Amino acid sequence: MEHIVIIGNGISGVTLARHIRKLSEKRITIISAESEYFFSRTALMYVYMGHMKFEHIQPYENWFWKKNRIELVNGFVEKVETETKKLLLKDGTSLSYDKLIVATGSKPNKFGWPGQDLKGVQGLYSKQDLEMLEKNAPNNKVCNRAVIVGGGLIGIEMAEMLRSREIPVTFLVREKSFWNGVLPTGESAMINEHILEHHIDLRLDTNLEKIIADDNGYAKAVVTDKGETIECNVVGLTAGVTPNIDFLKDSGIELGRGVKVNRFLETNIKDVYAIGDCAEQHEGIGSRRPIEAVWYTGRMMGEALAQTLCGNPMKYNPGHWFNSAKFLDVEYQTYGWVFSERSKKDTEQHFHWRHPVEKICITVALNKDSHQFLGINTFGIRMRHEIFDQWLTENRDVDHVMTYLKDANFDPEFYKLHEDEIVAKYNADFNKNINPKKKSWKRIFSIA
Amino acid sequence: MGNFDRSMSLAGEPPKALNMGQKLAVLTGMTGMGILILQLFNLNLGNSALWLSVAILAIFAGIIWFSQAAYAHKHKGIKNDGVWFKSMSSRGVLAWMAGVALTGFYIVLYFYPEYLGLVKDGDNTGLIALFDPLSKALSGNPASQWFVYGTLYTVAILAFGAKFIWKYRHNKYEQLRTVSVMFFQTAFAFFIPEIMARLNGDLPYYDLKNMWPLNYYNFERYRVNGFIDSGSVGMTMLLFGIISIFVISPFLTYKYGKRWYCSWVCGCGGLAETAGDSFRQLSDKSKFAWKVERWVVHSVVVFVTLMTTAVIYSYLGNDTSKYWLTKTTFLSGVAVILTAVFAWVMIYKREELEKDAKYGAIGYFTIIAVLIGMHFFSDSGNIFIFKAETLRSTYSFLIGSIFSGVIGTGFYPILGNRVWCRFGCPMAAVLGFQQRLFSKFRITTNGGQCISCGNCSTYCEMGIDVRAYAQKGANIVRSSCVGCGICSAVCPRGVLKLENGPEKGRINSKDVLLGNDVDLMDLVNKK
Repeated sequence: MEHIVIIGNGISGVTLARHIRKLSEKRITIISAESEYFFSRTALMYVYMGHMKFEHIQPYENWFWKKNRIELVNGFVEKVETETKKLLLKDGTSLSYDKLIVATGSKPNKFGWPGQDLKGVQGLYSKQDLEMLEKNAPNNKVCNRAVIVGGGLIGIEMAEMLRSREIPVTFLVREKSFWNGVLPTGESAMINEHILEHHIDLRLDTNLEKIIADDNGYAKAVVTDKGETIECNVVGLTAGVTPNIDFLKDSGIELGRGVKVNRFLETNIKDVYAIGDCAEQHEGIGSRRPIEAVWYTGRMMGEALAQTLCGNPMKYNPGHWFNSAKFLDVEYQTYGWVFSERSKKDTEQHFHWRHPVEKICITVALNKDSHQFLGINTFGIRMRHEIFDQWLTENRDVDHVMTYLKDANFDPEFYKLHEDEIVAKYNADFNKNINPKKKSWKRIFSIA
Repeated sequence: MGNFDRSMSLAGEPPKALNMGQKLAVLTGMTGMGILILQLFNLNLGNSALWLSVAILAIFAGIIWFSQAAYAHKHKGIKNDGVWFKSMSSRGVLAWMAGVALTGFYIVLYFYPEYLGLVKDGDNTGLIALFDPLSKALSGNPASQWFVYGTLYTVAILAFGAKFIWKYRHNKYEQLRTVSVMFFQTAFAFFIPEIMARLNGDLPYYDLKNMWPLNYYNFERYRVNGFIDSGSVGMTMLLFGIISIFVISPFLTYKYGKRWYCSWVCGCGGLAETAGDSFRQLSDKSKFAWKVERWVVHSVVVFVTLMTTAVIYSYLGNDTSKYWLTKTTFLSGVAVILTAVFAWVMIYKREELEKDAKYGAIGYFTIIAVLIGMHFFSDSGNIFIFKAETLRSTYSFLIGSIFSGVIGTGFYPILGNRVWCRFGCPMAAVLGFQQRLFSKFRITTNGGQCISCGNCSTYCEMGIDVRAYAQKGANIVRSSCVGCGICSAVCPRGVLKLENGPEKGRINSKDVLLGNDVDLMDLVNKK
């Protein structure tokens, strides 16, 4: 019986294992040094905040693995011998495979800052990072202040976590406005305001110079490029992530920043594949980056590779881009491509609407000439994935999107809806005269 | 500073600790409770009306103040920080103490009301006497233990309802739903029955929003006689009771799911959603618990159906000339209705039931067999070897008192706030059956946006593993779902929406989620 060995029990590896099991009787082993069972990495923050216990963020009950004959090995792979198809584990044991899948995810970036390896300096990616944060910042008496370096999704999550225990947080963001390499100006500005509302000391356009140690080797302060020294007990390094592939250095597997793979997720070595955060496409697919460190893409790669491994070769062929996040109290969803001013093409034009009082806004990207709808960012409004996916497939123009915008709303029942105001602003900005159509169950469910 | 000198403070750290406002609020509320407890020891405080008002106002003020101190200074949004750190909401010492106290209260209430001060012939004493002025003002009668309970119950729903509204002030659905349960409790369960008793002394106490099988006693002889004797008002109420079961509730459940009742109207649901909100995360989500739930709750349905049939059967006559409804007509009627439902389900909805069809059939044939047996082997007083009255009192003791009260509410802080609704309520089971098979309601999963975080499952008071559906891109169509909407509220990525839509495509199992290769999705999902 063919033995499939997956290194990493995150969403990619586990999705792959589940789908292989649906399709075949192959022997499946998942190796992880991080945790006994699969957990949702995106939910680690809620454990620290006390919304859930660690057991709650494990999507399957513990009996699931045995019942589905997915063998779990707790171990750390130190070396991959592709010629003999053998893995050497840290505890001295070894494991043979017929097919090997690398799904080892990421690790936090460190850019060589002086003091980056001091005690009290940490990223937030793994279960071990969470446990470390619980030690480093159990409360605001042990941790009088934390400094977070890097204004991305993990940074703002870490700030929210620490604030839940009323720990003062200083947030160093390299950009002039929060996450404006990804978000258009208006949205980025709104999130800046929201961060300040939560009493987070946001320092835009500020870089970390170095971290200063106390006598015991703990971080006691950071120095910024503005020359300011900020005393703190914890430094969170959240300036992005990088593939976690050091153990593959001498394996002969082609590496770039990640494990190089083709569209079938195959590496240069036969029977070795890579999926998820650690996989690097030779060329980005469409407007996607070669490395996509996103929950959803990890899952999709697992779904696709399972077919290939079970005799139905299937390229990794993601559909329309979508993503989501939450910035403190503000939910964010995106469908299609909305680029920031920094990275958008000249043909991409934006329509922006923001609620006068609440932290609610949307940005619609369109082609300046054809008015084709390219994508939407929504903050504080939920939208239907199916509907936007369909509109993108059908290459609809923005007029169509505005006309049927009410169909796309996914807010809970009785919420105050804003489509009329949005369309009114669109009409004013673009000199149009669109009447939004009433929501139609028939249209909505003919799609879903 | 070393990183390991963990604080030894007993008061706890944020977000576990109470702030000063919350502490004072607790003191205020506890003062109100203290007055009531003092009354238990028959300390005569004097002016009952005054002290009752002070006690209830203090409880009210304490809870509202607590909410204000907890939420007013915070932004709108999800307020679950520290839920699993706090003793009260994570089965800590406080939770066990509260559980024991509540359970004790229920045992005394149901079985030893004399300790509360109930005096059968003569003036009440103790706690119940404290409530006499209020009861006399409303219905003209002295208070009973049920009046005390009803008043406290209503106070709890109103005060904790206000807290809930504050907590979910960003969520219109939660607010409206809560206003609704607060209204139905105050008007329908509390004021209207008392006032009706004042207007018409013969009418049995009737909470109009309660329907059989929740008020399993509705068709007992004394009540039916009471209704009939009270003329057209009574007859209307009796008729309403029957129409509620056969017309109103199936219609509303078809349109909106069982939430129209369980989380918008019902009193048990009302208490669970307000006073019980802090305990919703304690429900058991395991597959094993789901299995137990289905066996237990459906057994209760079978039990209540048989018991009610037996009770009605026992007081009906055999002579058609005296009254059109006789023992035989009644039994046949019950059998016909059950057969019609069974046949309809087996013919049209068999596939949706899957394995459960077998259990449904077992339940159905059990009931029919017993009905036939009842016809041949019973006389007016006995159903088989039991008295109908024995069946009734057994049900009343086991289900009506122990299950719904002592376990259902007393164990809130340990087992979660919907134990009764999930494992015991026959009404919820009947409505759930409709919801699963014949309703427009579902919780829609938003394409491929789920990140499997688990907030939805954790905060589902009914113990539904919502995430198991959401992470497959499948809608949630479950008979037990009471439509409280919290899964949708706590979802950080906007994945879940309660809605009523067309029945077609309501149940949609998927293996590959939206966002991936369209061919792959077709290949896997259409199989």
